[in-house]
Amino acid sequence: MIKDLLDVKRWEAFFKVLPTEYIPGFVVTLKVALAGLLLALALGVIFGMLSTTKIKICRFIARVYVEFFQNTPLVVQVFFYYACLPYVIGGRVPKFVLGVIGVGIYHGAYISEVIRTGIEAVPKGQFEAAYSQGFNYLQTMWYIILPQTMKMILPPLTNQALNLVKNTSVLAMIAGMDLMYHADSWGSDRGYFVQAYLPCALLYFLICFPLARLARYLEIRAKRTPVPKKPKGVA
Amino acid sequence: MIKVENLKKNFGSLEVLKNINLTVGEGEKLVIIGPSGSGKSTLIRCMNYLEEPTAGEVYVNDQLLTKKNRGEIAKNYSSMVFQQFNLYPHMTVLQNLTLAPIKLQKIPKKEAEETAMKYLERVGLSDKAYSYPQNLSGGQQQRVAIARALCTKQKLILFDEPTSALDPEMVQEVLDVMIGLSKENITMVCVTHEMGFARQVADRVIFMDDGTIVEEGTPEHFFTNPENERTKAFLSKILH
Repeated sequence: MIKDLLDVKRWEAFFKVLPTEYIPGFVVTLKVALAGLLLALALGVIFGMLSTTKIKICRFIARVYVEFFQNTPLVVQVFFYYACLPYVIGGRVPKFVLGVIGVGIYHGAYISEVIRTGIEAVPKGQFEAAYSQGFNYLQTMWYIILPQTMKMILPPLTNQALNLVKNTSVLAMIAGMDLMYHADSWGSDRGYFVQAYLPCALLYFLICFPLARLARYLEIRAKRTPVPKKPKGVA
Repeated sequence: MIKVENLKKNFGSLEVLKNINLTVGEGEKLVIIGPSGSGKSTLIRCMNYLEEPTAGEVYVNDQLLTKKNRGEIAKNYSSMVFQQFNLYPHMTVLQNLTLAPIKLQKIPKKEAEETAMKYLERVGLSDKAYSYPQNLSGGQQQRVAIARALCTKQKLILFDEPTSALDPEMVQEVLDVMIGLSKENITMVCVTHEMGFARQVADRVIFMDDGTIVEEGTPEHFFTNPENERTKAFLSKILH
């Protein structure tokens, strides 16, 4: 193991494939993660809102979505899309799309729960003040409730974002051309497992760590007591 | 301005309002008093559909208030001041005041801000325009809430126990603003325990108990010569 780790020849081989295999894989992972996160956030907001409405059928639909996707493995879901989506739409589905749908829908379910608890934590008086001014439900959510929710749910939301980035690696199992796929195929091809997986982990770390720090910074900033905000030119 | 007809409201099996009939004229200052649990907050909350009536109708400006048009009616005719202020904590005072005018009434931002500053000055808080609600005292927050209600230039303002959550030394500053308001042609419906205020500004006082209007009349009549036994008992408890 230590011998493998210090093997210069193997590292040379790694650096040769870094720009041709790892970097393209890294870019794919980054793209899937970003698009997946957007999808997950959109689904999370929609289903999170549905689960806080007074309308029973909306709450029921949100419940079914959350329970189904939270309680089945992501890998099974992605394999299912891989095998079945082509029949549904009648053609080949790009791996990128499979990845985005996979992590997007899966983490959307978790994020919707995060957003539901966030909305429920906003005092009822905020809704009433908005309604008394004439805002409708969607305007109330958009201008008044969700901005307050976002502050509260930042830590659990970050958790989901980080998990989403890491979970894009299931794409490797359906030859998704992502970072993990390239690392795995090159590594097992040559048998250079240390050189394959260690940098691979490092590249995932490179996405997740700054994201976690950014979220932490935003969290601290949100908790600070706001100071009066005076625009320029106002006495 | 407001007409309430045969209004009933139940919370489960509890009858909170039992057949209320009431008319509030334009520009009238109506004060609703009564012991807690008598239904006065529920009544005022039915006037902008924060509570859905179990039976009966509420008309605002001759329009029947329904679930569908409550937003329209709130936008055009009424606003509310709450016991807990309910300012939007993520916005500055100025943003609190201009949100509805800009987003709902489509008034240009600059104009809305000028109006807002005018009303802030009126409640004595123009220096707080860029502060956040959490940095203000309760009395200041409530004055901002009143300015927010004024900014949409509504004809009707509903006050739901506006001074009940305040420290005693802050009650007067809020009442002073309301007394100033009462000189204008704004219809005010006010649920309150402040009898001095009721006496000073009300055109008419309503005493509620147990979900019904027990007695109504001018403040004069009320505080010097109440007829109903329950009114007398209530007033003797709070007037020292």
